[in-house]
Amino acid sequence: MTGMIAAMDPADPSSPAEHTPPALEAAHTHALTTRVWHWVNLVALISLFMSGLMIFNAHPRLYWGEYGNRDEPAWLAIGAQGQQGFLKVAGQQLDTTGVLGRYSDSDGMTRNRAFPGWVTIPSDYNLADARHWHFFFAWIFAFGLLVFMAVSLLNGHIRRMIAMRRAEWHPRTLWTTIVDHVRLKFHTAPGEAYNPLQKLSYIAVIFIALPLMIVTGLAMAPGTDAALHWPSMLFGGRQSARSLHFILAFALAGFLVVHVVLVIIHKPLMLLRGMTIGNRA
Amino acid sequence: MTDRPQSNILTRRALVGSLGLAAGGLLSGCDALNANPGWRETLRLAENGNMAIQRAMLGRDGLAREYAPRDISRSVPANGTRTPADADYMRQAASGFSDWTLSIDGLVERPTRFALGQIRSMPRQTQITRHDCVEGWSAIGKWTGVNLAALLDAVKVRESARYLVFHCADTLRAGPYYESIDMVDARHPQTMIAWALNDELLPIGNGAPLRLRVERQLGYKHAKYVRRIEAVSDYRLAYGGGGGYWEDAAGYEWYAGI
Repeated sequence: MTGMIAAMDPADPSSPAEHTPPALEAAHTHALTTRVWHWVNLVALISLFMSGLMIFNAHPRLYWGEYGNRDEPAWLAIGAQGQQGFLKVAGQQLDTTGVLGRYSDSDGMTRNRAFPGWVTIPSDYNLADARHWHFFFAWIFAFGLLVFMAVSLLNGHIRRMIAMRRAEWHPRTLWTTIVDHVRLKFHTAPGEAYNPLQKLSYIAVIFIALPLMIVTGLAMAPGTDAALHWPSMLFGGRQSARSLHFILAFALAGFLVVHVVLVIIHKPLMLLRGMTIGNRA
Repeated sequence: MTDRPQSNILTRRALVGSLGLAAGGLLSGCDALNANPGWRETLRLAENGNMAIQRAMLGRDGLAREYAPRDISRSVPANGTRTPADADYMRQAASGFSDWTLSIDGLVERPTRFALGQIRSMPRQTQITRHDCVEGWSAIGKWTGVNLAALLDAVKVRESARYLVFHCADTLRAGPYYESIDMVDARHPQTMIAWALNDELLPIGNGAPLRLRVERQLGYKHAKYVRRIEAVSDYRLAYGGGGGYWEDAAGYEWYAGI
């Protein structure tokens, strides 16, 4: 922790970061709360995602509005017709045999299931068990996020590392960063932990997407909906909340993939060390 | 600095390799965990939390949302039992349920058997509410019936009664259907024994002639084909102990507010 504070100050002559610019060093060392939350949250989100896919399998259709069921039109449906698995989105039907709708499990058994067993928890069809997993990890996820947000707002972590500086909003700065990213060139301004694009992604994930997962989830619960009407009404109804919950889950899965790929092609060892033991812990 | 590129390549390879291993191990690991009794018990702690926080938010009488007639969906799909195959039920259905009775007994001062006609002529309550299935779908319908608290008052439920067990006329693969709720939900103003849906007598698929509406919980709590309500001190002593058919047969939560 003291190492991080030292590295935050580029003028500090005692900084041991001889081989690396201080800003880069700072970007790769995280406070203990961040490190613990990062990994707990990873386990929670993966469990939530995979058990969520099993829950979706119980009714693999999505709707807009307050209600939706087999007698109402769905904007997204996964299913099987004869030997063929399909994904229907907005009137388009794709053949997804082997992956969505119909697949062969590890015993070679062909099964009609929206998401295959190799991406669901549990791998068998079991709505009750999937719900137990989902709600258990939902508590860990929700309280972890709450504690992380509170601590990192209070201790200045957000302000130091993630808050956008006024200059970073400049269109030219943003454009340069985007172009560099596409070319897989990553650099951070002196004294900054992250470049503007990284900051915006972390802000979007931590302060928008993750809290929205909780609110859209609660909007679907009849008990919570009876207590607080606004979440479900805000999203345009229970089935809209369910659709958004699903879309956001895949957006977060996409974030995870991009995040991991960027770590691997950038400085995997250094970044992994910064997020586990801390650089100079 | 000079050794960095090499160490990067090694690390990348190690990382990708371990990710692949992790993905493979994750699934079998999760299934193994899922079968572990201690882990299952841990997971189910969430149910207590869900109930505690929802009850704290709701209070006793927090109301489920009610809708306008224009919000009614084109159907309220029948799920679970669509047509009970039980001989007694089929005979009753054939005669238009003219002999159907609803018994309320157990921890009550005046155990009573109500004729269907009696129930239908009692003061009625109507509400347009959303039915949320545990599977994820929803439907909106207009339910008419008799307030459950009024029935409980008529039979004078004892103080010692903490739960109601609803005995149903339909038998599924693992046994007869039943459900149970606590007295908070039993005496909730929207909780009713419904006998009509969208201004018509309940269709068989939706639980004819009588079904429970417990609006702040998921669909499987809304027992259909109800013929007996038993006031008990502990639902865990009834049937398989889980407090409901699906709770026993598949391990669903007893508290289904989420």
